[in-house]
Amino acid sequence: MAKAAARKTAPAASPSVERRPALAGRSTSATSVKVEVLPPAERMSLRAPEASVAALSKALGVTLPNKPKTSASKGGRTALWLGPDEWLVIDEAGSDPLADCAKVSVLHSAVGISHRNIAIAVTGAGAAATINAGCPQDLSLDVFPVGAASRTILGKTEIVLLRTAADTFRVECWRSFSDYVFTFLSEGSRDAAV
Amino acid sequence: MLLIRCPYCEEERPELEFRNAGEAHIARSANIAGETDDDFEKFFFIRSNPKGIIYERWRHMHGCARFFNAVRDTVTDKFVMTYKAGEPKPSKLPGVAK
Repeated sequence: MAKAAARKTAPAASPSVERRPALAGRSTSATSVKVEVLPPAERMSLRAPEASVAALSKALGVTLPNKPKTSASKGGRTALWLGPDEWLVIDEAGSDPLADCAKVSVLHSAVGISHRNIAIAVTGAGAAATINAGCPQDLSLDVFPVGAASRTILGKTEIVLLRTAADTFRVECWRSFSDYVFTFLSEGSRDAAV
Repeated sequence: MLLIRCPYCEEERPELEFRNAGEAHIARSANIAGETDDDFEKFFFIRSNPKGIIYERWRHMHGCARFFNAVRDTVTDKFVMTYKAGEPKPSKLPGVAK
């Protein structure tokens, strides 16, 4: 026992504990589309009743959207509406949304999922066509405008889709699906380029 | 592909995002242990399986993930209407005679 405790306090010896994000840095380009894996970000799954939304919005510094298929963004932090009491919060600025939620006493459930998901950016004139290779939603600009966000499917996997610009999408998927999703999007981009 | 209106997302979404979850409005007895075997069988196994209008539970599995109720015609496969879970059976169905 004493030996184990002593070992625990010993400093970490090597940099072999370095975290390796799935698919880090991978990208592929077709004629009108670029598919690339985005750098790691802080992510949080947030569930909260309506009465808690105002206090949580204040703590997070971004107003949690209450309309379906919308998102709100401020200072590198984006909150995506996933369900009537469910949000995905992504922070690309490096600050931890979990810590902000911990300061709030109102009822909520915040779960850190930073390393459960990876994000893939699909950029270019053929971005919507690329995603539509496996996603059945209407991605035209009047139905899925800039800032629109939705959980949906791509091929055989579930993804969360966010339109960050007219020709740019952020695809969030579980890291164990990331190889499939990236390959699917790569092949979709080749078809979209035709 | 069928388009199904999700009452929580307030729009029609492709059927691939949805899962059927069986017949709706089946009330579970508050005293389930006190039920007779026959009553339990009726509650647990026996479904109406009508030809025509059926009330079903559906789940927007790959969307908002919420359960809701839908009225569907089993002959045409058309969705007559959908409404939120917990709401009573609609007394009047749009576009249905009777």
